[in-house]
Amino acid sequence: MSPNDSIIATNEPIEDGVYLALNGEIDLSRSPELRQSLINLTARGHQRIVVDLADVPYMDSSGVATLVEALQAQRKAGGKMVLCGLQDKVRSIFEIARLDMVFTIVDDRQAATQA
Amino acid sequence: MMEQAFDIELCIVSKPVYLCVVRAAISTALERFGLDEADCGKVMLAVDEAVTNVIRHGYDNAEDRPIWVRFKPDGVNGKAGFVIVVEDLGKQVEPELIRGRDLEDVRPGGLGVHIIKQIMDEVEYTKREGGGMRLYMAKAFDAATAPST
Repeated sequence: MSPNDSIIATNEPIEDGVYLALNGEIDLSRSPELRQSLINLTARGHQRIVVDLADVPYMDSSGVATLVEALQAQRKAGGKMVLCGLQDKVRSIFEIARLDMVFTIVDDRQAATQA
Repeated sequence: MMEQAFDIELCIVSKPVYLCVVRAAISTALERFGLDEADCGKVMLAVDEAVTNVIRHGYDNAEDRPIWVRFKPDGVNGKAGFVIVVEDLGKQVEPELIRGRDLEDVRPGGLGVHIIKQIMDEVEYTKREGGGMRLYMAKAFDAATAPST
């Protein structure tokens, strides 16, 4: 993966919001880019933001913090954010930080559009 | 008593782009000791959080300061294990003030120290004599993954 690759591999509309597929490892070197993208998205008032992490093999707490900030912005605006496709290593940090019960986490994109 | 030499010593500048280099070095070493992928991933995360905290809090995101990461296999609580030390020349803080936050308070940030303490068996922050901070982390291998040598 080149450092210049976009962290958002896919950004496409769904019935009630937007679907994002993220790409590559997310640490302090890339989380600011993710934060900016999510700030822009949450400001648009989407009812649902689906974040697919199937192609994210690693995430640290800077990435998790970015998702927490976006989740809180979505909830404040009356919207929803759903995570899907978490690999074991990524799921692990949500469990260690006890955020696995705070986020809506489902297996795949299809489940995320209905959660 | 002189501290036993480390098997691996890395020095990076405080640029986040080099976090992946530290993770790769530590995880490769741990794989050689038979740690499974899940445990390697957790230790990698602890080291990543330690170095990230140095960059963000020790150096206020300055990108031209040194960070040392050292690794050696060593006994931990009478069991085979390993030690990882992270040192910097950043701001000094009282070690007792470095603690994880209350996880009931869901908000962005502040998770690094909690994660490190959850993953590693021993965690100790000290002030370095020459300035900066030193973080000592140790973890015992599980019986199932303990190296035979």
